[in-house]
Amino acid sequence: MTEGQPFIRWDWIVANLDQIGLRLGEHVLLTVVAVGIGFLISFALALLIRRYRTLEGPIIGLGGILYSIPSLALFAMLVPFTGIKNPLTAEIALVSYTVLILLRNILAGFSSVPREVLEAADGMGYTASQRLWRVELPIALPVMVAGLRIATVTIIGLVTVTALIGLGGLGYFIVDVGYRRFFLTATIVGSVGAVLLAVFADRAFVVLQRALTPWAARRRAGG
Amino acid sequence: MQDAGGAIVAFEHVSKQYGSAEPAVNDLSLTIPAGEICVLVGPSGSGKTTTMKMVNRLIEPTGGRITIGGEDVMSLPAVELRRRIGYVIQQVGLFPHLTIAENVAVVPRLLGWKAARIRARTDELLALVGLEPRTFGARYPNELSGGERQRVGVARALAADPPVMLMDEPFGAVDPIRRDRLQNEFLRLQEQVRKTIVFVTHDVDEAIKMADRIAILQRGGILAQYDTPEAILAAPASDFVKRFVGADRGLKRLSLARVRDLTLIAPVLVHAGDAPGDARRQLDGEAQLEYALLVDDHEQPLGWIGRHDLRGDERIDPARAMPGPAPVQPETTLRDALSVMLASSVQLGVVVDERDRVLGLISVDAISEALRATAGVAPAGEPRE
Repeated sequence: MTEGQPFIRWDWIVANLDQIGLRLGEHVLLTVVAVGIGFLISFALALLIRRYRTLEGPIIGLGGILYSIPSLALFAMLVPFTGIKNPLTAEIALVSYTVLILLRNILAGFSSVPREVLEAADGMGYTASQRLWRVELPIALPVMVAGLRIATVTIIGLVTVTALIGLGGLGYFIVDVGYRRFFLTATIVGSVGAVLLAVFADRAFVVLQRALTPWAARRRAGG
Repeated sequence: MQDAGGAIVAFEHVSKQYGSAEPAVNDLSLTIPAGEICVLVGPSGSGKTTTMKMVNRLIEPTGGRITIGGEDVMSLPAVELRRRIGYVIQQVGLFPHLTIAENVAVVPRLLGWKAARIRARTDELLALVGLEPRTFGARYPNELSGGERQRVGVARALAADPPVMLMDEPFGAVDPIRRDRLQNEFLRLQEQVRKTIVFVTHDVDEAIKMADRIAILQRGGILAQYDTPEAILAAPASDFVKRFVGADRGLKRLSLARVRDLTLIAPVLVHAGDAPGDARRQLDGEAQLEYALLVDDHEQPLGWIGRHDLRGDERIDPARAMPGPAPVQPETTLRDALSVMLASSVQLGVVVDERDRVLGLISVDAISEALRATAGVAPAGEPRE
């Protein structure tokens, strides 16, 4: 591009608001789908582990291995199977990153339920499924939501990397426009946009967590 | 709502064996009359908690049968059985995510009661255990003190009006003075509801205080003796029972008598700001009293004013008051009363009612008098130690 270009070209931003909105939407969609599917898989795995305790080691171990693969390498490994510009390629990788974070938090949530609460529930005649849905899940919720918060913020960052396989949400501006065409304004739009989205998601989860757990907020004055 | 009272609980040759190990409970047979408190007591490994948990099938027996009101506990699905049996545990186990009212409503809700009936019952029970429903109903468990939580636990266990309640060391986690009050409250409550209660403790004194009948278990789940506290103290069935109950059986008899069995001494009451003359004259007339009792406007005790602080014309100054032993209640055993009195420099006990108003005083002398009297009425033939 031309020399002496201004730090930010506001006119470009204004002219491309449509495109920015579209990419932001794509970013949110990729994130929500990844975290949503990741949560369903993790929750199912957590229930499986509750029933078969011995599975905990192998499942957490496998999750750890997936988590340790660099994102770029994982995308590269998937492309031959699912192809470039395919959201499936991105989602397989993104979901596999959420699973370790979410599974650990869901398990931690369940083990945060005090033993005496479980004993009382059994003693009063809850069935196993009533105990799970009406007692354990509500009490485990704050820890689970904390996991969703970490996973969501992580995935918002990772989605930008999927620009390398032709997707990327706001990452498109960083890689395709900013980097390949040396256009600083686009880099800033992409990066600042992704950061703001992450901060917004983080705050939103804090509010959600408080709303879901009114019982944890109030404390008796003076113990 | 009229509470339904209790039902007979019977153990018939009940055993529990894990694998090939020594049995946890061994051929246990005992019958608990309806409306009585049966305390299971014994050292660890004696199977007392296992025995209790077999009643609501948290643990399934491997032999024999247990009946409630003549009905075999195995004839119902376990969850249905448990909804008909109250359950109170040491750590209470209130659900932290539910309000106090919702906690009490747990079993009625499992049973599918209508909302209006649940509400009426919840209010009734909270009032019964001394917690104002409008103040406490909407709070969460973490906003309550330990004693308040334990009372909610009892209300929750009573919610569906079960004929039988199981209580696993229910007062084990509170300090001795609060435990005494909770025990007294519970005994008063039991006078009204008359449930059949299986109560587990490792504390012989608590057993003597709470029990209509005590079942003493020894290692391997063998029933060593099953009788009233009076009979067990007077005639232990074996060396094991004698050792378990302790060499101080004479002293333990103090746990059989209550403060209400003594003649209370009338206190000399003073209020902050009173002129000292009256109190001084009254104390001079009472040889056994060295102190006047300072009370507030609600007749609740604040502390003791010594005779020497009542000289001259100086008005009564609450800053001069000495703290005395913690107040006791009519249901407090003489043993507990004695132990709080001996721990204080003022060896007079203040007896208060359930609203903490002064009823009278007791002295160490009066208790030792009572001890001599109970020793005198010990049944003949008791071996001397």
